[in-house]
Parts: sequence; structure tokens; C-alpha cells
Amino acid sequence: MAQVDRQQWDVVVVGAGGAGLRAAIEARERGARTAVICKSLFGKAHTVMAEGGIAASMGNVNSADNWQVHFRDTMRGGKFLNQWRMAELHAKEAPDRVWELETWGALFDRTPDGKISQRNFGGHEYPRLAHVGDRTGLELIRTLQQKIVQLQQQDFKESGDHEARLKIFQECTVTRVLKDGDKVAGVFCYERESGRFFVLEAPAVVLATGGIGKSFKTTSNSWEYTGDGHALALLAGAPLLNMEFIQFHPTGMVWPPSVKGILVTESVRGDGGVLRNSEGKRFMFDYVPSVFKEKYAETEEEGDRWYEDQEHNRRPPELLPRDEVARAINSEVKAGRGSPHGGVFLDVSSRLPAEVIKRKLPSMYHQFKELADVDITAEPMEVGPTCHYVMGGIAVDSDTAATVGVPGLFAAGEVAGGMHGSNRLGGNSLSDLLVFGRRAGWHAAEHAAAHAATADRPAVDQAQVDAAAAEALAPFHAEDGAENPYTLHQELQQSMNDLVGIIRREGEMQQALGRLRALRVRAARAGVEGHRQFNPGWHLALDLRNMLLVSECVAKAALERTESRGGHTREDCPSMEREWRPVNLVCHPVDPVPADPAADRIRLVRRRTEPIRPDLLALFEKEELVKYLAEEELYE
Amino acid sequence: MTATGTGYDARFRIWRGDAEGGELRDFTVEVHEGEVVLDIVHRLQATQAADLAVRWNCKAGKCGSCSAEINGRPRLMCMTRMSTFSREETITITPLRAFPVVRDLVTDVSFNYTKAREVPAFVPPQGLAPGEYRMQQVDVDRSQEFRKCIECFLCQDTCHVVRDHEENKAAFAGPRFLMRVAELDMHPLDAAESEGLDRKRTAQEEHGLGYCNITKCCTEVCPEGIKITDNALIPLKERAVDRKYDPLVWLGSKISRRRD
Repeated sequence: MAQVDRQQWDVVVVGAGGAGLRAAIEARERGARTAVICKSLFGKAHTVMAEGGIAASMGNVNSADNWQVHFRDTMRGGKFLNQWRMAELHAKEAPDRVWELETWGALFDRTPDGKISQRNFGGHEYPRLAHVGDRTGLELIRTLQQKIVQLQQQDFKESGDHEARLKIFQECTVTRVLKDGDKVAGVFCYERESGRFFVLEAPAVVLATGGIGKSFKTTSNSWEYTGDGHALALLAGAPLLNMEFIQFHPTGMVWPPSVKGILVTESVRGDGGVLRNSEGKRFMFDYVPSVFKEKYAETEEEGDRWYEDQEHNRRPPELLPRDEVARAINSEVKAGRGSPHGGVFLDVSSRLPAEVIKRKLPSMYHQFKELADVDITAEPMEVGPTCHYVMGGIAVDSDTAATVGVPGLFAAGEVAGGMHGSNRLGGNSLSDLLVFGRRAGWHAAEHAAAHAATADRPAVDQAQVDAAAAEALAPFHAEDGAENPYTLHQELQQSMNDLVGIIRREGEMQQALGRLRALRVRAARAGVEGHRQFNPGWHLALDLRNMLLVSECVAKAALERTESRGGHTREDCPSMEREWRPVNLVCHPVDPVPADPAADRIRLVRRRTEPIRPDLLALFEKEELVKYLAEEELYE
Repeated sequence: MTATGTGYDARFRIWRGDAEGGELRDFTVEVHEGEVVLDIVHRLQATQAADLAVRWNCKAGKCGSCSAEINGRPRLMCMTRMSTFSREETITITPLRAFPVVRDLVTDVSFNYTKAREVPAFVPPQGLAPGEYRMQQVDVDRSQEFRKCIECFLCQDTCHVVRDHEENKAAFAGPRFLMRVAELDMHPLDAAESEGLDRKRTAQEEHGLGYCNITKCCTEVCPEGIKITDNALIPLKERAVDRKYDPLVWLGSKISRRRD
């Protein structure tokens, strides 16, 4: 029997990025004793990497903007597969969430009349992104962090204990959501520093763990993005939605190799940067798809005029949604018109004066100077697609962020699915974190209030704790011929990159499923040396379970969806098919879990989406809807 | 495309141990073109020392996790390019000296989180609803510079007030959190005074500003290039001076004119 410490909380939030911290603030302000648990230090979450801004239709720069326009842009970007109620709530509530940050001390860049400035971004009709230079994510995380400290200071005044009602367990990992019957009862965790196990008992758990990019070789994501929340939900019995949709950001660094995949912000293009191939041609003009034809400039001259006069000109095609730009770059490279290191050129040096570049894009200037020895004010950057974001995720109720079928389990941020449909617009991620982080914290607190005080508070039984401890310790007891977790991870990343990457084919994805099966068998024998104190090899061995589960979801769903839409491109099914519009692909865990590691873990189910509410459909022209909606939907 | 053709073997000395003690260990490891020190540490983990403890996250100089001392100088491992060293050089990596070691290159940085809690938060102005805040860019520029801070704590590590003087830690917030006081003090809408909170005075009396003798070590190690001494600490000292005479302010105002 494993002796582990147990603590009781009302709400446990897993993850301390934007969504997790916003959820924690909300839960605590609504009276719930709230614990946050995160793998990194407090304030280091991957949210800091977000550069461009927070999309919110405040209308500070163009007063024609409003939530309806934002909703429309979001649905178009997601190719109408978005969970429309989420897109509606998101567009309506984003401005309040941004303004609230100001009251917590955030300092956004300003307009001449002193309001929050807003910048242009791909897929957004009006300048909409509240920003701080190109370090908006850092401002967001720091503001939320400092708000949490303020709440802790308040608690200290009242109780003499900073952590009485809101505590951060930093550098800890959750390996299991624990349950009492079908209800959430807590989480099983280990301290990364000591390897010590502990249990946080709580009737409500919010998963806010971010994405899955570490399953791919070229990614902008940090080591934390191992699909933990996705896997925790599955293992607790909650299904995932539309996992085939993965956003490859068009502009990641391609050189030098050690920084391959690191993001080059879209603001470079929003502020005037252009994409060229090795022949010097601005190739994006050749890649405007028919659904977007009327919205984008047809000549370089018109595109260039747009930066000065957006009322009378159409935007340049460099600002198409990310999936379109990523595919275009991929095609150029394949056609032999790429840059020396296998990307294309992104040039801002010939477009803006050096001092303007340094002022508007300080982090990018810094990043290229320091990491690639490239001066972006004097020469073009080399960029190419990088795995950036997963649109798919845990299936949730739009209003409450509650997962399906596991009472007490909530999800918000990148780990939740639905909001972005098949493709996310830049800037919609930070606003998503705030809007749904708050909603998850709110409803988790309510759920906890209904269960925490009563006799039916869910209990954690010892058998589950013992099982979780045994599972976590398995890598130390590997037999002879143990597999190196680093090797397994590299092989997984290579397979996903090559076979389920930006362009997909049926045969390759079947091959991928075969490789995943073989990797599962080998991962069951993953072994590590040393002890439990700060042992990164051990941590990786445990993360492999999550990455393999999530990768299986991605490959299965991608194989099933025989069309191309947003972040899912099938070379063998190249067009978007209207009859696929109302179809969600849902990944359920195989239950009971098969003993044989070679057996599939995931059961894929097709589910029809809820019809889009008529007043929301009425925001679009009939001619546009005809391009997206399935035949039968048009007559409903 | 690989860079293997340009690879070479580099010699590293890395401190390994824990709170009980430890020692520098020698490693020889392959280096490829364009790599940074953190890449090499990762290669060591994957090939020679699976349990080598290191803290890191974004690997792009934005999160401030991978702070260490490289050849004795506080730096981010992800932003230190291997090309800045000669191939013959042995590169030494040690944990941050000002903080207790947990294991290998990982230190206990809780000092910083304690200090963060001692600085009273932003006080929102009364009578302004969310969405009604109006500030000019020129007025937010100053605080925005300080908010570029990625909390790598290199300035806290290098500051000699605490680097070799454990006894000063209780009374001294360190450059990062004195800068936080300055940031709030310069925030155009911070209403601390309406609550009877004088941030300038607390900088001196509660956060140990007087210990700072403006040697600018913090500014030198800041990976974000924030002018911590010139733009945060000296103005804070100047603002405090009408309440309390500080001879260093005179010196500081001389030095601060040497801006580039």
C-alpha cells in the first residue's frame, strides 16, 4: 500500500497557463478553496510564447467592429466546424476579459486617444488584437500571476496564511484523475523535484494543460505540451473531439537546427512582412482559395496600399488564415522554390525602416539576432511550417466547460475542443483562455459548492492510489532490455511528423497506426536509471503514455475524415466536402483497458453536430453559407 | 538536412550533486552548427546522463527557466550560442550561486516568490469602470519596459547584496522586485496613494533599496536588456531622496548620464 499525503481542496486546476490561472482566479473569487498544479515554475507556462495579441472586438481602432463580426471571422476561420455556441460566447465576452486585465494592472499598447491599441491579424476583418509589442502572452501570464499574488495577499491579511484559499503546487505533475464511481474525486500527482507522490482530493478538477505538440518533431511547443490533459480525460472516461485538426503555423524558424520550429509571429506579416520564394516572387497571390477570393487583394499594389488605407483596399494574401499560408509554403518548397534550409523567405527588411522593425517587433529582432545570427532589419528570415496548436480536444459543454460523462471534470484552453473548429485564428487563443478559463473556474466552483460540504463528497479509495503509484513506478522496474524513453520519444515524433503531418495520405496514416502500436509495446518496457529526485528520463517515460494515446487519436481521426478542412489536409481527398461539415469525430477510450499493449486504446465514433442557431446563421449571406453547409442543413 | 558534417566534440564540466554536496564532472559531447548550451545539456541527458537535472521550458529566451552560470557568468542556457566559445575551450556550467541547490543545475528559487508576495499589488483607481482606462503610450512606456522581465532571476543571482550575503536576503527584495515597485510606482493609474501606500517610501524602508549601490551588475546580465539600474532603481532612489538622504543618488545621477 502506497503511503501518500492527502490534502482536501474544493477545486483543483491542472495547468498554470492562461486558462488555468484564469480558472483559479474565478474559482477562488467565487469562494472555492483552489489548488493549481503545474509542471513548470509559476509564471513560466507556454502562454508566455504567445506573441501577437488577444482578439476582442472592442472597436478601439475601427468602430465598425463588434461581436458579430468577430463571430463570423471565427466561424470562417474554423470552416464552420466550430462549436458555434463557444464561438458566440467567446466573441461576446472577450472585450470584458481584456478590460478586466487592465484593472489587474496589465499595460497594453495604446491608441493616440489613450485606449487599448488593436492590431491586424490573419483572418480578422478589423484591427482586433490587444497587444504589448510582440510579447502579449508574457503580459497575460504576468498579469494573471500578479492577480493571484494579490488574492494571496488578501488571504494573508485575513488568515495569516498566503495559501489558505489559493495555492500553487509548482513543478508537480498529475498522472491520474481519481474517481468515486463516475464522479471526479481528485488527482494523483508527483513532485518533480523529489519524486514524492501526493493526492489532492477535490470534487471538481479543471484540466488546463494546453496542447500536444511534443508528439511532433518540428513544433513551436515546449516540453510541457505532451497532451497530459487530453490523456487524463480519456483515462477518466471523457471523450475527445476532432483530434485530426492540428494547426501548423506557417512561419516557424527553420535554421539553425536547434531552434527549428520556434515561432516567428504572424505580426511580422500583419505589420508589412511579405513571403517570397527563391525566385523572389510573392507567391501567396497564387494561393487564395475561392471561398476567400473577394476578401483579398489581387495585386501587390493593392495589398501594399491596404497597410495605409484599409477602408478602400483589400488585405494582402499573406494574411490568409494560417492553414492556407502553411499549405502554400509547403507547396513552394516541394516545387523546388524554397530557401536554402528548406523554408521560404519572410522579408520585412525591404518593407520597413530598421528602427520601426525594432520598435514593433523587438522580440523577433532579438530572437533572430541571438539564435540565428540574422539581422531581420537587413535581410530576410527563413521560415517554414511548425506544429503549433491542436484545435481538437476534450469535448465540453459550451456554457459550463464541463466534460462529457465525468461529473466534476472541466476543461478550458487549448486542451478543450470545439471552439476553433477545424482551424484557429491568431489571437483567438488568448481570448479563448480568458473566456473559457473563467467559465470553467466558475462552474467548477459551483459544482464543488454543491458537493464539498455534503456527505456525498466523493472519496478517493486506496486501491486507485496504489494503482496510480504502481503505474508511475513501473519505469524503475523495467526488465532487461529496457527501452530508452528518449529514443522512443524521438521515434514517435519522427513518425507523427512524417506520416500524420501537414499533408496526409491514407496509406501513411495506416502505417502510422502500425508504428504507434509497436511503440506502445516498447513503451510498456520503458526503463530509467537513477532515483525519483528530479529525474527527467523518468518524467519522459511517464509522459510517453500520454503522447502515445493522443497520437493514436490524431491518426485515427485523420484517417477517418476523408476530406480536407482547416488543419487537416488530405492529399488523397483534397477538397472540403460539405457533407462532412456537420460531422464531429469523437475519440472514446476503449473500456475496459485492454491488457495487451498492442491493442487499440481508442474507439472512434461519428457524431452529428448540433444545428447552428438560426439567428447566428443569419449573420452570414446565403451565398457564403452555400459554400460551407451540407445540403440538408440549408433546408433545416 | 543535417549539420553532422560540421559537428565537433566539446568538453564540458557540469556541476552534479544536491543539497548535501557535489562536484564538477567532465563530459565530452558532440556539438553541431547553430546549437546553444541547452542543446548540449539535452544531448547529455539523452545519451550520457539521463538523470541530469535541468530546468527549462520555452527554449527561446521568453520564459526565463534555464538560468545557470556558464563559465561563472549568469546566463540563459537557451540563449548562449556554442559559437561564442572556441572549440578548444572547456565550458563550465554551474547552478545559480545565490540560491540553494536542489539537484545538479536546478536551484530552489522560492526566495523570489516570497519577495514577489511582499510587494503590494496594483491598486485599481476608484470610479473608473473596466474599459474606461485611458493612458498615453508615452506614459506607459516606462512601466512597459519593466514588464518585459521574464523572471529568469539572473539579476537576483548576480546582485552582490545577496550573492555572498545570505544574511541580507530577509531585508532585500533584489533588483527584480525593486523594479516591480518602480513599475507600479510609474503606472499612470496606480491608486496606491489613495490607500495610504507610498511605494517610494516602502522601496526604501521595506524592500531594502538602500542596500543597492548601483554597480549595474543586474543590468549587465539582464537577457531582456532592461536598464534596471538606470531606469528603475536610480529613479526610485531619486524619488525616495526627499524623504531620506541617500548619498548614492548623487553618484547614481552621475553614472546614469553615461547612457548609450
